Amino acid sequence: MISQTSAVLKANKAAGNGNLIGYFPAGYPTLDESIEASIAMCQNGVDVLELGVPYSDPVMDGIVIQEATMTALENGFKLKQTFDAVREITAKVDTPVLVMTYWNPVIQYGIENFARDLAAAGGAGLITPDLIPDEAAEWLEISDKYELDRVFLGTPSSSPERMKTACDLSRGFVYAVSTMGITGARAEVDANARKVVAKVREASETANTAVGIGISTADQVVEVNSYSDGAIVGSAFVRAYADGGVEALVAKTVELSARLKN
Amino acid sequence: MSEQNLRSHVGPYFGEFGGRFVPESLIAALDELEATYNTAKADPAFAIELAELHRTYTGRPSIITEAKRFAEHCGNDVRVFLKREDLNHTGSHKINNVIGQALLTKRMGKTRIIAETGAGQHGVASATAAALFGLECVVYMGEVDTERQALNVARMKLLGAEVIPVKTGSRTLKDAINEALRDWVANVENTHYLLGTVAGPHPFPTMVRDFHSVIGTEARQQMLDEFGFLPTALAACVGGGSNAIGLFHAFLDDADVKMFGYEAAGDGMDTPRHAATLNYGRPGVLHGARSYMLQDEDGQTMESHSISAGLDYPGVGPEHSWLKDLGRVEYRGISDAEAMDALRLLSRTEGIIPAIETSHALAGVIKLGKELPAGSSVLINLSGRGDKDMETAGKYFGLLDAAKAGN
Repeated sequence: MISQTSAVLKANKAAGNGNLIGYFPAGYPTLDESIEASIAMCQNGVDVLELGVPYSDPVMDGIVIQEATMTALENGFKLKQTFDAVREITAKVDTPVLVMTYWNPVIQYGIENFARDLAAAGGAGLITPDLIPDEAAEWLEISDKYELDRVFLGTPSSSPERMKTACDLSRGFVYAVSTMGITGARAEVDANARKVVAKVREASETANTAVGIGISTADQVVEVNSYSDGAIVGSAFVRAYADGGVEALVAKTVELSARLKN
Repeated sequence: MSEQNLRSHVGPYFGEFGGRFVPESLIAALDELEATYNTAKADPAFAIELAELHRTYTGRPSIITEAKRFAEHCGNDVRVFLKREDLNHTGSHKINNVIGQALLTKRMGKTRIIAETGAGQHGVASATAAALFGLECVVYMGEVDTERQALNVARMKLLGAEVIPVKTGSRTLKDAINEALRDWVANVENTHYLLGTVAGPHPFPTMVRDFHSVIGTEARQQMLDEFGFLPTALAACVGGGSNAIGLFHAFLDDADVKMFGYEAAGDGMDTPRHAATLNYGRPGVLHGARSYMLQDEDGQTMESHSISAGLDYPGVGPEHSWLKDLGRVEYRGISDAEAMDALRLLSRTEGIIPAIETSHALAGVIKLGKELPAGSSVLINLSGRGDKDMETAGKYFGLLDAAKAGN
């Protein structure tokens, strides 16, 4: 099968462009507003959308995303609205939509139910921050059945063996965790980012890899694209939206993507 | 169902429970911890060092006290024995695990420990071990808990630890664990997460259980040596479940010994405000392991409620989930009111003020004793002392107002 996400990443790179993968939480601040915001990101320079599922215990997320997802939950976000959001976004734009979700909501919905409904809504696959390949047997099988991408994480501390597993089992791209830490803007993306990407390249000749955690400026986006297949930005978008709504979000999207396109 | 060989079971899985549901960033650290622990376990010098620290610092073995006047309230002709973990240094069972993990921290060459705490007992024990071993120590504690356990916050600070009040989510133990995990992801190179209960990703549930199994190992031998029989039943309170598994483990293959775990029922088992995870939860993934947990239909963790900060947790260790499904241990709920009555009763009948957490087990035995045949005996893990709870108990019983009024 051909991964829609992988096709987009490779096509942009082949054309000499970079890739910007943008995160936004479903249901933040409300479902409709999150759909509007996500579409605006896709129309203004985001190449792959990472749609976050609000979750009560997001251990991989810093305070900006924590606060946004808590707002979504307080405003009544329900898990099945994830599929409504994916459906409405993919109806308007061709951008691949990956859903970023902690694993318990998927288990409770039923892994197969979740995959079936995500595929039916036009979603491209899942990014699973707290599901390691070792625990993913059922997800591997079901994501094959529904032809969904599955993005596992590679980190500075991953052993060569684990990195190879992440590369072999990921589809779409490997999420290269740039630094030992949680989501949130950092002044400098760690030199670790280059090391992680180098580890991915050593482990696999074919796997795409995009760098995430801590990226918030156009300079960082350009730099990361010089040695990887894309830059992942989350907190900077959420903060822009929190400060100035869709207008500020669009401005941030344009700012971060402008220098990636020939 | 076979009740044999339950004792020899180790993680990562307990039946369908356990595992490692954490970000990849933590896997190398968990692997290092597991390898270090396995090496230490096979090294006689480690066992000797740990035992010596327990003898000269913790105060082990802890004694068994027969609670004769309390037993009069627990049905006819039922004997009640207390395994006195409240007499350990720092006032609870938590020190057993902390000393063990602090030794492993040194072996790994790490210089900083972080810990979560609910009631503050694990935080105090961690701060104590950090002082003893010269480690930097940061304790995450829900803001709600820093208020209801202010005395323990002062103790931790006096011991040199930094206490960080956690203001996210429900601002209790669950959120303190989230924050500790976030710290660990960022600082894993020099930091050991000294997890305080038998939950979390492998190897924590197995390792923490092993460090606490000294409770049951001692108690089983003490019962045989001092009284000549094993108890009819064991009882312990269950939040994450460390003191309960510590007592139960040595007896798991004694098929005639019944086991009862008492969860916090908060306002009552017929209300939604409780922390009775094994009674009312269903399997899911929380804090790195698959286990029973309190959650809504979307898998969002629900807030738990208990007067006891140490039991106010919507999850539970995976081995307990397994023992529940096997039918080896029966888990029941005890309300705030029942626990507080038991706290006062033990104080007045035995001169022992128990922790509010522990009081759930005592309240359970007041009821259980009436179901057991005459001549039965119950061994309770008296997991902690109640000094830290004087503010809560004082308010609950109106003792502080009375003092102010000059009574």
